[in-house]
Amino acid sequence: MMNKSEKTAMLEAAGAPVEIEGRSLWRDARIRLFRNKAAVGSMIILGIITLLAVFAPLLSPYAYDQIDWGYIQEGPNWENGHIFGTDGNGRDLFIRVLFGARVSLAVGLLATSVSLVIGVTYGAVAGFFGGKIDNIMMRFVDVLYSLPFMFFVIMLMVVFGRNIFLIFVALGAVEWLTMARIVRGQTLSLRRREFIEAAHATGVSNFKIIFRHIIPNVLGPVIVYMTLTIPQVILTESFLSFLGLGVQEPLTSWGVLISEGAKVIEASTWMLIYPAVFLALTLFCFNFIGDGLRDALDPKDR
Amino acid sequence: MLSYAIRRLLIAIPTLFIVITVAFFMMRIAPGGPFDQERALPPEIEKNIKAAYDLDKPLIEQYAIYIGKLFQGDFGPSIKIRDFSVAELIMAGAPASMQLGLTAIAIALVFGVGFGTYAALRQNSAVDFAVMGIAMIGIAIPNFVMAPLLSLVFGLYLSILPTAGWGDGEIQYKILPIIALALPQIAYIARLTRGSMVEVLHSNYIRTARAKGLREKLVVNRHAIKGALLPVVSYLGPATAAVMTGSVVIESIFGVPGIGTYFIKAALNRDYPLVMGVVIVYAVMIIMLNFLVDMVYGLLDPKLKSN
Repeated sequence: MMNKSEKTAMLEAAGAPVEIEGRSLWRDARIRLFRNKAAVGSMIILGIITLLAVFAPLLSPYAYDQIDWGYIQEGPNWENGHIFGTDGNGRDLFIRVLFGARVSLAVGLLATSVSLVIGVTYGAVAGFFGGKIDNIMMRFVDVLYSLPFMFFVIMLMVVFGRNIFLIFVALGAVEWLTMARIVRGQTLSLRRREFIEAAHATGVSNFKIIFRHIIPNVLGPVIVYMTLTIPQVILTESFLSFLGLGVQEPLTSWGVLISEGAKVIEASTWMLIYPAVFLALTLFCFNFIGDGLRDALDPKDR
Repeated sequence: MLSYAIRRLLIAIPTLFIVITVAFFMMRIAPGGPFDQERALPPEIEKNIKAAYDLDKPLIEQYAIYIGKLFQGDFGPSIKIRDFSVAELIMAGAPASMQLGLTAIAIALVFGVGFGTYAALRQNSAVDFAVMGIAMIGIAIPNFVMAPLLSLVFGLYLSILPTAGWGDGEIQYKILPIIALALPQIAYIARLTRGSMVEVLHSNYIRTARAKGLREKLVVNRHAIKGALLPVVSYLGPATAAVMTGSVVIESIFGVPGIGTYFIKAALNRDYPLVMGVVIVYAVMIIMLNFLVDMVYGLLDPKLKSN
């Protein structure tokens, strides 16, 4: 039997305010994401590839455009420092793959940012104003959707020369369409909500409502789609480079290396394998992270 | 439904017109021309040649002439491949390209939907993870890597298929290019199908169908598949575009005499009429398929049908 004071103490303890930590939507999502092993593994691998790309010049005794006359198109060899072998011009493949990573990752991130800015703004404006404006703007997107865009990109590269800056713009300009559709759909469902109405009532300008209230609220799907756009852009850049329309010598990208390797695949398989593995691994990781993010931000029963 | 079809068709015409216009002016504002050579031609001869192709006229006039001829079905002569008209070149190359492209899409549809459904019905089982893992590999390995690997393995190591070439169009020459074109699409469609199938299988009308005692086979084949196919159908448009751009690379890797190989060469050579011809053919094919897709979508989606 407990005496009275003990009981009161227990009651008081039970009644004491418990520290409850609020969990925001983003925190929830982060926890779910870090529980996803494939996504976490992918982030680690991507981190390593990024670090390798950033510190590339420190990691090899050779420069990316340095010709080693003693070893022309020789297989991987740890003793002479050409751990991935050399290419047809006697340049070290390891350092070239890492410099290719720099170009491919940079193109992926920058072109995706271009598409992000265009797509999010366009979609938010269309969805926010609705009605006729929305109708016209989305019809325009529909028309663009059915164009053979890659052909225009190829023509653009042929016509204006192989300018790396142009690659960013061209790819960004192609990839914004889906982003615009996603954002527009989200905005349509947001624009009649109370907090937007309140903003209208207190006299906030349309411009401010779009950028301060609408866009922050559509970030979830935008981030997911962004992670899935990056590999697509990297793939497209490699495709262009493979056709000989991407970056120019002596600079390189994975697409250029793969196309060089594909030509001599019978004699020097390593020249295809190493860049191809890096490209595939990167695409793999971005896709897994994208999937993980989608599951984390939109936890439907999957 | 009919008015919907007509409306879609009416959008298709200006779309094609935009493609032609943009492509025309983009080619022309580019520096360089078809007759740039190491050794410059004497000015009179160059003038005569340019006059023969109407290249000496103002740009707008050239455009008007081109559109006028196009309406009569005349794509003009190829500038670089002498004695051939663009129409002849396209007629020669199109059958090979079409065969590869259409077969690849058909195969991608059958296998993609099959694998996706199979995985969805066994959600979170070992089979499901295996199928999705393989699909992920299919997405991450681009077709221009897959193509040389395929020809290395099947052509060189196993020596059961020719590494490249077309022969007289026998089947063994087509297998590898078709596989290389179809694989990424199979992977993509399988993922798409699995995702939407899983969602549909959890929806209310499927629960109803099960509750009234239908066999699982009927539930899937009659009720679920219709809803699950909607995203796949709408993906067919982009898939066609992807297969066609992919065929540019695949054709040159496997040495297929299709129109994809012309495109890059012609663009680099500034062979204006040939580039235009190829772009128009591809655009018409993509627009037509998009139209078909919209029609099928209208039939499958009851929400659209009632409008």
